[in-house]
Amino acid sequence: MQSPKTTGLRRAGLAIGALALAVLPAMAQAEWKPTRNIEFIVPAGTGGGADQMARMIQGVVEKNNLIDKSIVVINKSGGAGAEGFLDVKGSAGDPHKIIITLSNLFTTPLATGVPFSWEDLTPVAMLALDEFVLWVNASEPSNTAQEYVEAAKKAGEGAYKMAGTGSKQEDQIITAGIEQSTGAKFTYVPFKGGGDVATQLVGGHVNSTVNNPIEAVAHWRSGALKPLCVFDKEPMKYTDKLTETMAWSDIPTCRSAGIEMDYLMLRGIFTTPGATQEQVDFYVDLFQKVRETPEWKDFMAKGAFNTTFMSGDEFKTWLQETNTRHKDLMSKAGFLAQ
Amino acid sequence: MDREEEAQSPSVVSTRLMEIVVALIIMAFGGLVIWDSIRLGWRWGLEGPQAGYFPFRVGVLIVLSSAVTLAIALFRRRREAGVFVRRHELMRVVRVLIPSAIFVFLIGYIGIYIAMAFFIAFFMWWHGRFPILKSAPVAILVPLGLFFMFELWFLIPLPKGPIEEWLGF
Amino acid sequence: MDALFSLIQGFGVLADPANILYMMIGVLLGVLIGVLPGLGGANGVAILLPLTFSMSPTSAIIMLSCIYWGALFGGAVTSILFNIPGEPWSVATTFDGHPMALQGRAGEALTAAFTASFFGALLAVILITFFAPLVANFALRFGPPEFFAVQLLTFASFVGLDRSSPFKTLASMMIGFALAAVGIDIVTGQLRLTFGSHELLRGFDFLVAVIGLFGVGEILLSMETGLAFKGASARISPTVVLQTWAKLPQYWATALRGCVIGCWMGIKPGGATPASFMSYGIAKRLSKNGHKFGTGELEGVVAPEAAAHAAGTTALLPMLTLGIPGSPTAAVMLGGLLIWGLQPGPLLFIEQKEFVWGLIASMYLGNLAGLIVVLTTVPLFAAILRIPFSIIAPIIIAICAVGAYTVHNALLDVSIMLLFGVVGYVFKKLSYPLAPLVLALVLGDLAETSFRQSMLISDGSLRIFWSNWLVGGICTLAVILAIWPLISIGLGRWRRGRLAAAAD
Repeated sequence: MQSPKTTGLRRAGLAIGALALAVLPAMAQAEWKPTRNIEFIVPAGTGGGADQMARMIQGVVEKNNLIDKSIVVINKSGGAGAEGFLDVKGSAGDPHKIIITLSNLFTTPLATGVPFSWEDLTPVAMLALDEFVLWVNASEPSNTAQEYVEAAKKAGEGAYKMAGTGSKQEDQIITAGIEQSTGAKFTYVPFKGGGDVATQLVGGHVNSTVNNPIEAVAHWRSGALKPLCVFDKEPMKYTDKLTETMAWSDIPTCRSAGIEMDYLMLRGIFTTPGATQEQVDFYVDLFQKVRETPEWKDFMAKGAFNTTFMSGDEFKTWLQETNTRHKDLMSKAGFLAQ
Repeated sequence: MDREEEAQSPSVVSTRLMEIVVALIIMAFGGLVIWDSIRLGWRWGLEGPQAGYFPFRVGVLIVLSSAVTLAIALFRRRREAGVFVRRHELMRVVRVLIPSAIFVFLIGYIGIYIAMAFFIAFFMWWHGRFPILKSAPVAILVPLGLFFMFELWFLIPLPKGPIEEWLGF
Repeated sequence: MDALFSLIQGFGVLADPANILYMMIGVLLGVLIGVLPGLGGANGVAILLPLTFSMSPTSAIIMLSCIYWGALFGGAVTSILFNIPGEPWSVATTFDGHPMALQGRAGEALTAAFTASFFGALLAVILITFFAPLVANFALRFGPPEFFAVQLLTFASFVGLDRSSPFKTLASMMIGFALAAVGIDIVTGQLRLTFGSHELLRGFDFLVAVIGLFGVGEILLSMETGLAFKGASARISPTVVLQTWAKLPQYWATALRGCVIGCWMGIKPGGATPASFMSYGIAKRLSKNGHKFGTGELEGVVAPEAAAHAAGTTALLPMLTLGIPGSPTAAVMLGGLLIWGLQPGPLLFIEQKEFVWGLIASMYLGNLAGLIVVLTTVPLFAAILRIPFSIIAPIIIAICAVGAYTVHNALLDVSIMLLFGVVGYVFKKLSYPLAPLVLALVLGDLAETSFRQSMLISDGSLRIFWSNWLVGGICTLAVILAIWPLISIGLGRWRRGRLAAAAD
């Protein structure tokens, strides 16, 4: 085919140069650099939390010229994200592909039986952890998590409705955790995305949700929703007042209210199986640079993220533990695929 | 082929036969839907309908409605049924379908841009008898334009083959 | 009058030449994205989102929303010319738009589509300008039962619309439902109808199906009858725009109905696609030319386009006032707001006045710019039909393949598109209607999910669908619409009976 012939000749020199570099990695400083655009897979739909973060990263990298090539965001949301993970799993040896994870890295294979796990991918780094907060409508009489759980118990089994994103995923796992810890019984109503869930609560169609901070903060500030407790071991760190009286840091932990449940969602980066240490190092370095930018810090504060960063063996140990924990939580709740 | 020949062009399939075949295929599809719905649970569970509740009913309706269509076709007298497709018509359709199928098949191996160039050039020559000098510019410019638009401008990666890879994309 | 004053301030924001430039770039890009099948407004906005990172939020949102307006306009082009819906909401435009193109009236159809779109947008923007908070609160009233009721209404307004065998209509619609069920079930998290195949995890996308059924199917059909588009010989003069405008005022009622349906459907997350179907269905029922719909009626182009663009516009309203997206494109823009450091939601109107009113002002100007851009291209687009079939056909097939691929970045979708093309060809020849299949495919999943969510909330009691005036009213309306054909027969008999009685 002769179509790109002229450009081809010009590029041939470049290609040979790149080839020479590729042959000599052992001798050079072992520094790997992308030679093509990097495909950034999002195992969720456009507009969701993971998608926002991925496009945010793409924008930060572009604006600050952190790499020579571009990052291209691609959504592969089929089968609760399984499509995206399987794509990365199947692209062994292609270092120009990374994926951002939600909790569906752990929950989807357990709930659907689609064969993949974190060990099929090469872990790069944990970027942040997303918090979960128990929200109720502002008109709800209960002002603490304890009161709310008592009211739910009094109303009878399944009388209170808890809305969440998806089925047998993080929101329902947390709901099951609340039920196991307190003995209250909710009816879990699954919706497609976090935005829908928050709106249903504002509209008074359900009683409570466990939305991420970023999904519900606007409604909190406008006085439509109120937070009861955060599913973390300690309160969040952000102390700027968002409403007249409260900051993120003023939300008590659920444990302090007698709900023995904590849960954080991984926002991590993985690359394809078989990636070399140099390639992983390149990405770790890139994301550390991203984390240093003011835009990223602002984004973290807006969404009240837990900004723990991990890579290497520490990250792998964390993944191992978290995977086991999901297996445990999900088998207790009866969410495992038969 | 001129008008006279077209009129005499023999029928390949009658509408009646095609009705029967299509109804049977749709029924088989409906059966497949029913089969998987039973696995999922097709009843009204404790908390409303189960995952297979609606698909099960949809499958049943597919089978029933196609059974009626099938029965109508079977009982219709042979002579009333028209011609589904005549030979010259089928040939024309096949002459589009086969190159298209080959084009789609090739995308996976040589990438969409190169496959597209071959496809457009071939199609223009086969159907329009365009000489290569006239078809080549179209066959080269269209994929090239799309390449610039998708790969460089919109940053949407389309399937690429060894040639693009060699060029560093 | 507060709103009027703020709007004037908003236009002040637009006086910045840079913003005007971004607006024009946005509109042009949007038209291009709208014309390409598969690539939608949501993709277009998502792709350019990172580029807007270094702009001011106001400029950024102006550019992105103008892409959206452009895409809303552009979707009609390929629907009318080649029967390929460029966007999901232009499927209903093919029903009468493409027959018009075949009769050599492509210019007329395009002009009507663009003008109706503009009309829809204008009404919707006026609604946003003066009633934003009021309308936003209305959106909050929609829980799962209300959603289901609206979807039921869409089906009810559309069924029984054609004269093909009722069994074929039923089969076609049920095939659509079955295809919509493929993939993960939101309510239980189970995989349905995937039969263990990883390729089927993503399900059957509506766009892949319509590109195949309508686009490729149409090429195969026109191939069978000879190597040409039938409208090719028609002469197109630039005055076609004016001639069409002279005809349009008589359809004001249809357009207005379309706008009302569109504004309503856009506000709650139902969106432009169901709005366009519903508007077409209702226009067909109420118009005195209803029986001619589908054969190239101008009114059949006006109805869905006015509704689609009105819905697309009002879909931005809940995003701004509540922080909830009314459409996939709005969802991506919502992400944009966060990236630019703005907090969407009820306080946006108070804290970011310049941003909000700049955006609203750009809705007026952006749509006007869009209309001018697309109208000037009418003769150009219509001239595409004169290119010999053997050149344009492979290009169309190639662009369809690109479109099918970009929906999910999946190679198999291209083969599925081709398969749908053959199905479309066979179905059309055996007069299986395609519209019910497409409608079921786009709404089936949503309708089933909201039905089952309602059942979860009500503990399995169907009474929830008549539990308040809103949901009960919509459900009742749906039932009336569904049995409308029977009512109209009854009415006809009664009238004739009275006439006969009077004659005696």
